[in-house]
Amino acid sequence: MTAYIVRRLLAMLPVMAIVALFVFLLLHLAPGDPAAIMAGDNATPDNIAQIRQKLGLDEPIWKQFLVWIVSLAHGNLGNSMFWGDPVTTLIAQRAEPTISLAITTIGVAIIIAVFLGVVAAANAGTGIDRFVMGFAVMGFSVPVFVVGYLLIFLFAIELKWLPVQGYTPIAEGILPWLRNLVLPSVALGLAYVALIARITRATMLDVLSEDYMRTARAKGVASAPLLLKHALKNAAVPIVTVIGIGVALLIGGVVITETVFNIPGIGRLVVDAIARRDYPIIQGVIMVFSGVYVLVNLLVDLSYTFFDPRIRY
Amino acid sequence: MTITADTPNASPGTVAQLRTFIRRNPTIIIGSALLAAMAVIAIIAPWIAGDPQFMVPVDRLQPPSAAHWFGTDPLGRDVYARAVYGARISLVVGLSVAILAIVIGLTIGLAAGYYRKLDNVLMRFMDGLMAIPGILLAIALVSLNKASVGIVVIAIAIPEIPRVVRLVRSVVLTTREQPFIEAAVGGGSRSLKIILRHIVPSTIAPLIVQATYITASAILTESALSFLGAGVPPEVPTWGNMIASSRLLLARAPWTIFFPGTCLALVVLAVNLLGDGLRDRLDPRLARRM
Repeated sequence: MTAYIVRRLLAMLPVMAIVALFVFLLLHLAPGDPAAIMAGDNATPDNIAQIRQKLGLDEPIWKQFLVWIVSLAHGNLGNSMFWGDPVTTLIAQRAEPTISLAITTIGVAIIIAVFLGVVAAANAGTGIDRFVMGFAVMGFSVPVFVVGYLLIFLFAIELKWLPVQGYTPIAEGILPWLRNLVLPSVALGLAYVALIARITRATMLDVLSEDYMRTARAKGVASAPLLLKHALKNAAVPIVTVIGIGVALLIGGVVITETVFNIPGIGRLVVDAIARRDYPIIQGVIMVFSGVYVLVNLLVDLSYTFFDPRIRY
Repeated sequence: MTITADTPNASPGTVAQLRTFIRRNPTIIIGSALLAAMAVIAIIAPWIAGDPQFMVPVDRLQPPSAAHWFGTDPLGRDVYARAVYGARISLVVGLSVAILAIVIGLTIGLAAGYYRKLDNVLMRFMDGLMAIPGILLAIALVSLNKASVGIVVIAIAIPEIPRVVRLVRSVVLTTREQPFIEAAVGGGSRSLKIILRHIVPSTIAPLIVQATYITASAILTESALSFLGAGVPPEVPTWGNMIASSRLLLARAPWTIFFPGTCLALVVLAVNLLGDGLRDRLDPRLARRM
């Protein structure tokens, strides 16, 4: 197992190297002078030359790529053009709200989605099933920011149950922290719930038609343990796989959700960087988020042995 | 294509067969009807709505009324007119992204699946591209260029390509082992002819299904890019731009956000319903699983 984990971690390197290559090429193959674009519309030639020198854009392209790869290997993502601080520092400062939002969203979404999927599968073909599946299609179709504004309008502006926007650090108390995270988590998690609920229903239907399920039913296993212990555990592998793939959905959604709810996280950092053309921040956040995505999917692969002991590494 | 295959020309019982098709495929019917309605609205926009750029500053932030069905925005523009014109950008972007991603993805996928030497290299690149969050890649691409509809289409299409490549490659890998391919190779057909005549046809059905999902996701991504200020220029009436320009006025003028939001959700819902229906008909293996 340990050997396998080490091997998989090493296999991450080429993938991340290709991500780094893409991120590098983005900047250099864009039509026009990246330094001029970053300097903005009112820049003087001096400004542009300064930016070009600061980013090393006057060096030959192979040398620039080497510098970029070597500094990445040292965990250095460059410096922000606007703040001047290292991008890694800026990301670290804004990590708490984003990680909080991600954890509450994933937690709540998995519980709700698996529940909905199991209920739909257990009642396949009935009105309950159709309602859950209809809800899932809606969940895929309404954009995160529209759900966000709808939730703010209903629960914060009209009913005044929850705060409109903002973030309270967890150090100031669990309850205020949670109150600020309820609405963004629901908005961000909706599409994720839809995705997981659909795959849960589908794999549960497959498992429920297996012979061993008929045997379990025949020997009198009650329906709750039948569904949860016998069926759900056997259906877990595809569900966990989709949970991993769906993280991509969450990462994109984080950027939008943080804007809607004014949460000072990594997503907000990127959005502010767009307006300021602070390209090193955009590059750095892409590298970090891609790394998280690859790592989460490695964890998903490793979790297979837990759900299905027949799978061994 | 399957829709016409199931609606026979003028044979007896056409009406009955049509009725059966509608009953068996409600999602295809609802989805395509909604989408067709939206397309018609987008095409006839100049005749059913006023000038989306026309500003009447004194009339700003008016609630919905007989004169302004969806109210007015912070600059006194008619929200209804802008919402109607917004359908154009959404549909054009959604469709163009799907076509672009399918064409490029099909080419790369065929190459990877058929020429085994290319496979490893191409798929590693696709793995890397797939690890990059699509919306961030699009943000980076758009922010490095002058914002325009073309750039937005390219920026949204690139992250969609790896999924198409994987799909096509998997179809090619299963098809190339079939006896009829062996027969074609034995018969001396050239590779290009084998690919075009014998392999491409089996990718069409799954690609049609994939195209609908790409369209839905492209429409959502376009609106998100506009909303974040990394999309088409802000004066262009898109639903994302409309919501972005009113985002601080939610409490005062909710109509400026909820009308474009509803349009957006309806279009994406229509495409998703169509996609689910087509998948059930064209790809029974996948239909059973989802």
